[in-house]
Amino acid sequence: MTLSVRQQWLGNIRGDLLSGLVVALALIPEAIAFSIIAGVDPKVGLYASFSMAVVIAIAGGRPAMISAATGAMALVMVSLIKDHGLQYLLAATLLTGVFQIIAGVFKLGVLMRFVSRSVVTGFVNALAILIFLAQLPELTHVSWHVYAMTAAGLGIIYGLPYITKAVPSPLVCIVVLTAISMMVGLDVRTVGDMGQLPDSLPTFLWPDVPLNLDTLKIIAPYSLTLAVVGLLESMMTASIVDELTDTPSDKSRECVGQGVANLATGLIGGMAGCAMIGQSVINVKSGGRGRLSTFVAGLFLLILVVFLGPWVKQIPMAALVAVMIMVSIGTFSWQSVLKLREHPPSSSIVMIATVVVTVATHDLAKGVFVGVLLSGIFFANKVGRVLRVDSRSEDGGDTRDYTVTGQVFFASAEAFVDGFDFKEVVKQVRIDVSPAHFWDITAVSALDKVVLKFRREGAQVEVLGLNEASATMVDRFGLHDKAGAELPLGH
Amino acid sequence: MNTILACVDAQGSPMAVCDGATWVATVLGAPLTFLHVLDRHPEKAAQVDFSGQIGLGAQEDLLQELSQLDERRSVLAQEQGRQLLDGARARATTQGSLTVDVRQRHGELVDTLMDLEADTRLIVMGTHEYKAWTTKRHLDHHVERVIRSVKRPVLVIPQTTFVAPSSFAVAYDASATASKLVEALASSPLLKGLSCHLVHVGADSDGMRNEVSRASQVLTHAGWTVQTAIENGEVEEALSRYVAAHRLQLVVMGAYGHSRIRNLIVGSTTTTMLRSSPVPVLVWH
Repeated sequence: MTLSVRQQWLGNIRGDLLSGLVVALALIPEAIAFSIIAGVDPKVGLYASFSMAVVIAIAGGRPAMISAATGAMALVMVSLIKDHGLQYLLAATLLTGVFQIIAGVFKLGVLMRFVSRSVVTGFVNALAILIFLAQLPELTHVSWHVYAMTAAGLGIIYGLPYITKAVPSPLVCIVVLTAISMMVGLDVRTVGDMGQLPDSLPTFLWPDVPLNLDTLKIIAPYSLTLAVVGLLESMMTASIVDELTDTPSDKSRECVGQGVANLATGLIGGMAGCAMIGQSVINVKSGGRGRLSTFVAGLFLLILVVFLGPWVKQIPMAALVAVMIMVSIGTFSWQSVLKLREHPPSSSIVMIATVVVTVATHDLAKGVFVGVLLSGIFFANKVGRVLRVDSRSEDGGDTRDYTVTGQVFFASAEAFVDGFDFKEVVKQVRIDVSPAHFWDITAVSALDKVVLKFRREGAQVEVLGLNEASATMVDRFGLHDKAGAELPLGH
Repeated sequence: MNTILACVDAQGSPMAVCDGATWVATVLGAPLTFLHVLDRHPEKAAQVDFSGQIGLGAQEDLLQELSQLDERRSVLAQEQGRQLLDGARARATTQGSLTVDVRQRHGELVDTLMDLEADTRLIVMGTHEYKAWTTKRHLDHHVERVIRSVKRPVLVIPQTTFVAPSSFAVAYDASATASKLVEALASSPLLKGLSCHLVHVGADSDGMRNEVSRASQVLTHAGWTVQTAIENGEVEEALSRYVAAHRLQLVVMGAYGHSRIRNLIVGSTTTTMLRSSPVPVLVWH
């Protein structure tokens, strides 16, 4: 659908403005929480969320998708920040942007088709678990006040919609808890204790790192991981938003947009970000459909934080923890757990493996890699089992007709060879492979092996029905039909 | 096969479009297709919930809700569209012996017309009235986009009734587009036998008079009786005045002949004419 620029921005003004506001209110605690996970000042995460959202609104390929500082990216940055500091993070962010733009230009987004649904579910579940685990440091070794406030916050967040759906409940939760903690004078940790908050609009910053090969060697592996994780999460979130809004999106443009947004973010002192599943779902739920919603979310976020800075400092961490727990519960796919028995075991294993590897290594890219690998192996295994070799005796025992049905490739080559009876004494063997397909060199050499083995035992072999694709493979690599084919040694 | 495509929808004076399309199809002897496009407007949100929280199974629940809402509205829209199309077909067949077909498509109007462009000879459409913030009327943006994107002649009928024209005006501004228009008109059977007025709005000069008379000679060669005129003033006012004064029933003009930059600064003549014309306008590419 070719929506004009005007329709993409102004097609849903009221809905976009209101949903942008709701998202901004939920983005503030998230940006702060993810900065803390990464180990930087909340300022970094907030500036990052602002610039990611605003730039993606203009350059991205999926209207209504929210991009900001995220948990997935924060987890990758932890060791970089611990070892080398904020400036190296900014340089890594710039390099991430470059990698993502290259991926977009070369249309690598289409590689998403190799990432199966189970891997996507595993990714999403692992993300939810990691966000939840990241809240635990705030909930251990603290006074009972914190537990009470967190519980009350969750109560407000989930309970308020039953009374009214017109006001965002996370906002009410934060306001109420802040008011209580200020009035009663509770001694709990607040946002102000965690680091610096923005006190002005962002300014241009060039990372203060030496421009040499050493820096590149330090930041390149992190940037590559960040680029891959960012693009993976963005592509997956884009598919989810596509489904919810029933509109298509341009994945390559989104990759380039993510790259440009990360470049801009690095230049104003923010951490790398990507698309967020939880916030995008909230955005669509609150009526956002166009690019204006993302733009407004980023803008409101900055305005609220810069001008309400003194109040934001007073927000107790317990309130943020409550909002983050809500996000993690909403992100986790409970369907996948409920339907674990019904789904095929191979899909469940892929999903669980993805979750386990991700949570264990704190690296979403590794988890997805393992998931994709397992899906591929399971798939090859399943298709390999779709192979049958039938046979029929003709001419009173002098001839045997074999019929091969299914796919012959590396996983089924052995079963293919085992399907023939080499001990039987026959004058002529006819192998009909027209219902089968030969996919690779292993299959071709298996066919070679069978034919030559029969010939060694003195039978005349005829292969029928090789279709064009298999025939080409055999022609290029097969031995048995070439004049003077040597009997293979020791096969 | 080259068909006449008539775009009907409830707000765009479907009866007038039906009559106009029937007239064109009868004169040209071409098959006629009525098209109704069901646009769900996915860029607008139908239902909103500002609670800002997501609970268990949030994504699946939201998808279910949105799908069910879309389903209910689509079923209604389909039914309405079908009734509209059947009405149009019935009206067209009573007026003459034509091959009439109906089509209902999902998606957006301009995209659908571009998909069907290869088989289309001419498009007939009505306009929607929009209440603008100012008293100046806004042109239905669908019409503008259709004319810009689809390279076929478009007959725009802004009125609620259509009368088969017996005389028409050609808006001539001596540009390349206008000359092509005059030549195309001369070779087309659509408006043969009607009395033709060749009108230029602008300064009266010798050069212009030569241009106008040259153009009118092309038309006279093709068999028309041509009356030429050079009017002063703003295009839309002058042309409307002329059309009203001579009781003409159709205006023919070229599409967006001026450069993009001029269109941005001064505004497009085609848009202006379409916005304020008291009679149907045939826009020729």
